Amino acid sequence: MADPVLRLAGIRKTYGRGETASEVLHGIDLRLEPGEFAALIGPSGSGKSTLLNLIGLLDRPSAGQLSIGGEATGGLDDAGLTRLRGRHIGFVFQHHHLIPAFSARENVALPLLVARGRPDAAMFARADALLERVGLADRRHQPADRLSGGQQQRVAIARALAMQPALVLADEPTGNLDTRSADAVFGLLREVNREAGTSFLIVTHDPRLARRCDRIVELVDGRIVADAPNRPD
Amino acid sequence: MRPWMPFELIAALRFLREGRTQSVLIVVGVGVGVAVIVFMSALLSGLQSNLVRRTLSSQAHVVLLPPEEVARPQGDPARAALHLQRQAQRLRSIDQWQPLRDRLQTWPEIAAVSPVASGPAFAIRGDANKAVTLLGIDPERYDRVIPLAGRLNAGELRVGSGEAVIGIELARELGAGVGDKLRLTTAAGAAETLTVSGLFDLGNKGVNARNVYVGLRTAQTLLDLAGGVSSIDLALHDLDRAEEVARRIAAGTGLTADSWIRTNAQFVTALTSQRVSSNVIRFFIALSVAFGIASVLVVSVIQRRREIGILRAMGATQAQMRRIFLLQGAIVGLLGSLLGSALAWSFLAGWRLLARDGAGSPLFAIDVEPALVGIAAGGAGLVGILAAVLPARRAARLDPVEAIRG
Ligand SMILES: Nc1ncnc2c1ncn2[C@@H]1O[C@H](COP(=O)(O)OP(=O)(O)OP(=O)(O)O)[C@@H](O)[C@H]1O
Ligand SMILES: [Mg+2]
Repeated sequence: MADPVLRLAGIRKTYGRGETASEVLHGIDLRLEPGEFAALIGPSGSGKSTLLNLIGLLDRPSAGQLSIGGEATGGLDDAGLTRLRGRHIGFVFQHHHLIPAFSARENVALPLLVARGRPDAAMFARADALLERVGLADRRHQPADRLSGGQQQRVAIARALAMQPALVLADEPTGNLDTRSADAVFGLLREVNREAGTSFLIVTHDPRLARRCDRIVELVDGRIVADAPNRPD
Repeated sequence: MRPWMPFELIAALRFLREGRTQSVLIVVGVGVGVAVIVFMSALLSGLQSNLVRRTLSSQAHVVLLPPEEVARPQGDPARAALHLQRQAQRLRSIDQWQPLRDRLQTWPEIAAVSPVASGPAFAIRGDANKAVTLLGIDPERYDRVIPLAGRLNAGELRVGSGEAVIGIELARELGAGVGDKLRLTTAAGAAETLTVSGLFDLGNKGVNARNVYVGLRTAQTLLDLAGGVSSIDLALHDLDRAEEVARRIAAGTGLTADSWIRTNAQFVTALTSQRVSSNVIRFFIALSVAFGIASVLVVSVIQRRREIGILRAMGATQAQMRRIFLLQGAIVGLLGSLLGSALAWSFLAGWRLLARDGAGSPLFAIDVEPALVGIAAGGAGLVGILAAVLPARRAARLDPVEAIRG
C-alpha cells in the first residue's frame, strides 16, 4: 500500500509554559490515506484548528511524530518545513485569506510564484485553468478584495490546488458563507477530490456537511473520541 | 507582473503601492532629508571651491625656495617677518634651477613649473614712490601657475625688455596707465625705466598694489641674481596633495618647499572643520531618515501580519519574507533620493536666482554634480535597507499561526 498522506503518532501540543502551561492536544494518533475525504468535527475549543495548524506545518507539536507523504518532519528546520508545506499541502481558511494587493489570478498563482521565484506564462495558464474550474474565469483580473465571500473562497480553493498538493487542509471553509454558497463550495471540494484524488481534511461545525464526507473524526477536549467511516447520502 | 521580476520585488512593490498614503509620506520624508543633504553638500563644495580658487588666484600650489640656513621657527607671523628680514639682507638663488625645472616638469603630479626671480624694489613715478615686489617671470610658464593673462584689465601680458605688468591698485597709486613709464630701483643699487604694458586684477588688494611683473632677465639684473632664480612656483593637478608633493620635493632636493596648505594653515583648518560639521549634520539627517523608514516599515509589518502569514502558509520562506521588507526599505530610499535630488536641484536653481552680487552676476557657481546624485541614491538605498533590517526580521519571525488567526 502507498504511504499515507498523513500520519500522526502521539501528537501533543502545550501552549505556554510553567504555571500557565496548558495542554490542548493529549496524544493524537491519526492516519489519512491518499484520496480520503475526511471531516474533523468537535465542540469549540476542542483543538481542531490547533491540530490543523500542526498538520499544515505552521506550528510544531510539543511531542509526538508527524509525517507528511512518508517524510518525517521532526528534524526539519523552518526552511525544510516551508518547502514540504509548499509542495504537499494546500490551505483553505475560514476567512478566505486572499492577498488584496493581488488579482484573483495572481492569488491563485501565488504558491507557484513563491516556489519558482519568478513569474512565468505556465503558472498563469495553470491559474486560469483552476479559476475556470471553480467557475471564476471571468473574474481573474479583479483585485481579490472586490469579490464576494463565496467567490473569494472559491479563489482560495483554486489557490490551494495550484501546487497539486496531496493533501488540502480546510478550516471551516464554509463558516462565513450562506447556505447556498456553502453548498457550492463544499461540492467543489468533493469534485476535486473525486477528479484528482486529492486528500481532504475539513474542519466543520455543520453536521449536514460532515455527513457528506467519507469519514468523520471527532475531537473533544484534545482527544479523538470517534473516528468512523461514513456513507455519504 | 513582469517576467524578470523576482517574487520578492513584486510583493514589495505591491505592498508599497497598496499602502499608498504611508508610502508617499515616507518617500517625501526621505526626499526632504536627501534634498537638504544634497543641497548642503553642493552649496558647501561650491562655496569652498570658490574660496580656494580665490585664495589661490595669486598663490602657487607649491613654492620652492633655497634651503634655510637657520632652523625656522614655526608659526606664521614670525615666519613672515623672518622671510622679509632675510630677503632684505640677501637674495639667494636656487642652485642648478634649470635641470631641476626640467626634472619637476616630468612629475605626473605637477601641472606646471615656473621659475621666478623676485625681490623687493621701489616703483617711482613723478613724486610717488611705492615699495613693491619685483617678479621676473617667463610669462607662458607663469600663466599656467597663476592665470595672469585672464585677469588683465588693460593691455596684455607682455614682459619683454623694458616692459612691466602692474596691478590696478599700484597703477592707481602711481597714476600710471598702459603705455606710461615708471622707474624701478632696488637695494642692490640698480635702476631701470620700464613701460607699463598691462594692468592686472588678481582679486587681492595687496597683490594688486605690490606685484610688478617683468621679464626674468630684467629682474635678474635689477636684483643682482645673475642668471639665478629665487623661487620655483608649481601648479599641481590635485590641490589636496600639495603638502605631500612639497614634502617629497623637499626631501629629494634639500630645498624649502611650501605648500599652499601650510601657507594658509588657518584657512585650510577652517575649511576642514566646516566639512566636519557638515558631515555631522549629514549623519544626523541620514539617521533620522533611517528612523523614519524603520518606523513606517515596523507599522507595515504589523498591518500586514495576516498577509505575511498567508504567504508563509503558501510556502514563502523566512528569507523571502525578510527580503520583501528589505526591498521595501531600499525602494523607499531610492525613490526618496530621486525626489530629494530633484528638490535640491530646484532649491539650487532658486538660490542661483537669489544669490547675486550688486552687478547681478552669480556670487559663485554651484551645481548638483551627477556623482552627488548617484551617491545620494546609493546612500539612501543603503540607509533604507539598513533601516529595514529590524522590521524585516520581525516579518520573518512572525508566527504564521498567530498571523492567520482571526
Ligand atoms: N496561541 C495559543 N495560546 C494559548 N492557548 C491557545 C492558543 N491557541 C489556541 N489556544 C487554546 O487551545 C484550545 C483549542 O483551540 P482551537 O482554536 O484549536 O479550538 P477549535 O477547536 O479550533 O475551536 P473553534 O471551533 O472555536 O475554532 C482553546 O482552549 C484555545 O483557547
Ligand atoms: Mg478553530
